Amino acid sequence: MSKKDNSQNNSRRDFLKASAATGAVASSPMFFMKNAYAAENFRNAPKGGSVKLGFNVPQTGAYADEGADELRAYKLAVEHLNGGGDGGMMNTMKPMSLKGNGVLGKKVEYVTGDTQTKSDAARASAKRMIEKDGALMISGGSSSGVAIAVQGLCQEMGVIFMAGLTHSNDTTGKDKRRYGFRHFFNAKMSGSALGPVLKKEMGSDRRAYHLTADYTWGWTQEESIKETTEGLGWKTHKTVKTPVGAGDFSQYITPILNSGADTLILNHYGKDMINSLTQAVQFGLRDKMVNGKQFEIIVPLYSRLMAQGAGENLKGILGTTNWNWALKDAGSQAFVKSFGAKYGFPPSMAAHTCYVQTLLYANACEMAGTFYPPEVIKALEGFNFDGMGNGKTEYRAEDHQCFKNVLVVRGNQNPTSQFDLLEIVQEVPRSQVEYDASIFGGDLGPYKV
Amino acid sequence: MMNLSLKNNMVVMLIFSAVVLTAPLWLDPIGANYPDLLQKFAIFGIFAIGYNILFGLTGYLSFGHATFLGVGSYTAVWSFKLFTMNVVPAIIFAIIIAGVFALAIGYISLRRSGIYFSILTLAFAQMSYSLAYSVLTPITNGETGLQLTIQDPRYLDAMAGVAVKEGLPSTNLFGQLMSGYSGFYFCAVMLIIGFYISLKIFRSPYGLKLIAIKSNQNRMNYTGFNTRPYLLSAFVISGMYAGLAGALMAVTDPLAGAERMQWTASGEVVLMTILGGVGTLVGPLLGVGIIKYFENIFSALNESALHEVFNFLPQALENTVVAVTHHFVGEGWHLTLGALFMLVVIFLPGGVMEGVTNLIEFIKKKLGMSGDESGDTL
Repeated sequence: MSKKDNSQNNSRRDFLKASAATGAVASSPMFFMKNAYAAENFRNAPKGGSVKLGFNVPQTGAYADEGADELRAYKLAVEHLNGGGDGGMMNTMKPMSLKGNGVLGKKVEYVTGDTQTKSDAARASAKRMIEKDGALMISGGSSSGVAIAVQGLCQEMGVIFMAGLTHSNDTTGKDKRRYGFRHFFNAKMSGSALGPVLKKEMGSDRRAYHLTADYTWGWTQEESIKETTEGLGWKTHKTVKTPVGAGDFSQYITPILNSGADTLILNHYGKDMINSLTQAVQFGLRDKMVNGKQFEIIVPLYSRLMAQGAGENLKGILGTTNWNWALKDAGSQAFVKSFGAKYGFPPSMAAHTCYVQTLLYANACEMAGTFYPPEVIKALEGFNFDGMGNGKTEYRAEDHQCFKNVLVVRGNQNPTSQFDLLEIVQEVPRSQVEYDASIFGGDLGPYKV
Repeated sequence: MMNLSLKNNMVVMLIFSAVVLTAPLWLDPIGANYPDLLQKFAIFGIFAIGYNILFGLTGYLSFGHATFLGVGSYTAVWSFKLFTMNVVPAIIFAIIIAGVFALAIGYISLRRSGIYFSILTLAFAQMSYSLAYSVLTPITNGETGLQLTIQDPRYLDAMAGVAVKEGLPSTNLFGQLMSGYSGFYFCAVMLIIGFYISLKIFRSPYGLKLIAIKSNQNRMNYTGFNTRPYLLSAFVISGMYAGLAGALMAVTDPLAGAERMQWTASGEVVLMTILGGVGTLVGPLLGVGIIKYFENIFSALNESALHEVFNFLPQALENTVVAVTHHFVGEGWHLTLGALFMLVVIFLPGGVMEGVTNLIEFIKKKLGMSGDESGDTL
C-alpha cells in the first residue's frame, strides 16, 4: 500500500543534470539550485506526477455539518486546480499564478481524515495523512482547539497547515505558528465589527449575560465581545461556561430568566448554538421585557448551516460571518455557481474559507516555484489578493492572519428560499477590524524545522 | 536441559520481543506500518496489559482507568515544560504520580466490589475529567490541551546548558529524538518490559492470590486472609501501567488533552481487554491491535479506496459490493467494530484468544498430538 518509488532518485539526478546543462541558458540558475537543494530536504516532497493534500475535518460530533460542507469545498477546489469543472474562483482570483494543470504541473490528489472534534483524534489522523499517505499540506478545522493542536503538530513536522473554520484569537494570536495560516476572521474582528451596530440598535445601557463554549474559541470570543460591549457602556452581568456538545442547555438558561440581564450573548457554534438558541427561545427569553427594554439575543459567530438548524428562532438575531453566499461580487458568485452546480445548494462560509485556503496554498506554490515549505510560506506572507469573495485581502506576515471585510448579518425575517436565511446588515470595511499584531503575544517560530 | 515450551518465561519473552520488534515488517502489508500507529499499538498495549492485571486477575471491572492515562500525560508534559526534554524523568514522574492517584482512588473504591466498584471508579474518572476540562484549566489548559511553548523554563536543560534553538524543542532520550520510528522502538522496549512484569505477576504466588480473589473472595476472607492489600496493590500496579502509557503518549507527541480521561477512553480499554481475551497474557494486545487498526485504517477508507480493493470483480458487481461495504468503513467504522464485538462476545466469550486456543487444539487433534501440556494459557 505504501511502497516507496525508488526510481525517483534517478529522475531527480537526471533533472539535476538537465538543469546543470541548461544552466548556461537559464536566465536564473540560482532558481534551479534552490529547488534542487530544497527537494532533497523536506518531508513528503512530491514524487512522480502528483501532489497529495490532506483534508482533516470533523465528520462526527457537534461540528459534523460544517465538516461535511468543508469536505465538499475541498473536493471542488481539487477539481478546479486540476482543470476540471468551470474553474470557480480560478477565474476571478487576482493575482493568480495557477494554470489549471494541477500545481507546478503535478496533479492534485487528496486524502481525508476525521478529527472527531477532539485534539488527540485530529492529531492522530493528521499524523496518518503525513506519515502514511505522504500529505504535503494539511487543511481543515471547525474547532479552534483542534486547529491549534494540529497547527502545532504541523509546525513540528514541517508541513504547512491551512486552517479552515477557526475563529479563536489564539490561532493566529498566542498560539500562532510559522507553518499555520488562517484565512477566516477571528473573535476580535467580530467584536470590532459588531460594536457600532449594537450601539445603534440596542443602545449603550444594557446588561449582558454570556453563555460560552468552554474552550479556546469560546474564551477568546467572550473576551473580545465583552471588551467591545463594555466599551459601549454595557455591563457584563455574568459569564457562564458550558461544555462543548452539551445537548441540553436548559440548566444554563433557566437562571437567566430572572437574573436581571436584558441581553443574552451566545458564544456557541454548530449544533451547540442551534440547541442553546432554540431552548432560549422556547423558554420565552425573546418575549420578555427586562429593565424596560426588549430582551435581545446575540450570536456573535453565525453560519448559514446553523441558521438552517435553528430555523424560525433565528429571525432578527444579530451576528457576524466571514462570508455569505448572497454576496454580489464576481468571486463569490463564481464560487456559488460552481458549488451549486456540483452539489445542488449554496456553500456555507466554512466551505468558502476552505476552498479559498486550498487555492491560496496552490497559488503560493506556483509563485514560489517549489513545494519547499519555507519558500511557500514566504510567498504567502504579506500576499495581497482580490476576487476571492471578501474584497481586497492581505495575509499579514506578522501573524499569518488574513485581513478583509467582515459581514454583520441578521436572521432573515422573510426568507425567500430555504437558504436565504441571513440578511446582510453591513459590510464592515477592513480598516475598522484591523488590530496590532503584537497585542496577543505568541511567536511564529522558525521557517526551517 | 532447557524446557522449550511456553511455560518457560525466557521462551515466551524471546518470541514476544521478536514479534513486537519486527512489527514494522509484518504490519506493512496491511497498511499499518507508519510511526504514529505503531506507537499507538505499543502504548495502548501497555495500557491494556496493565488493565488486565486488575480486571483479568481479580475480576474488578474498573471504568476509570483513563484517569491514570491522563494523569500520566499531564505529568510528563509538565516535566518537559519545567525540567527537561529528556523522557526518562518524565516517565518516572508520570508513573509515580499515576500510582499516587491510583492509591487514593483505589483506597476508596475498593471498599466496595462488583457494580458498586465500577460505578465508583467511573465517578472518579468523570470528576477527574471535569477537573481537567474546566476547573483546573491553569494546569491542564482545558479543552485545547497542554502544549509546550518556547518560553517554558526547562530548568534542568537550562542548567545543563542545552542550546536553545529557534522553535520548539523535541522530546529525546539522551539526544535520540523520540518521534517517528525511534519513538516506536522506545515504546516497544517499554512494552516488552511491561509484558515481562505482567508475565511474572501472572505466574507468581501473588498472581495466584489475585485469581483466588476473583474466584471466591469470601472464602479467602474466611481462611483469615486479608484481601484488601492485594486488591489495592493490583489496582495501583495497573494504574502505574496506565501512567506509563500516558507518559509515552506525551513522549511521542508532547500534548496532553482532557479527552484522554473521558469515560469513553476508559470504556475503550475495557473493550480492548474483553475483545482480546480477559485474563490471558496476550489477549489484551490483540484487542488493542484490532481496535486501533479499525480506528486508524478502516475509518480512513472511502469509496474510491474500496473501488481499488474490489476492482477484480465485474463492474456491476463491484459497484454493488462497494455500495454495501462503504457503510462499514470510513465514518461507519464504529458499526463494523460493534458487529465484530458482538460476534466475539456471543461466539467466543473468552475473546479472540479463545478462538486462537480452539484453533490450536483443533490443529493438534488433526495432527494426532496429545493435548496434555496445554494447561497454561497465554
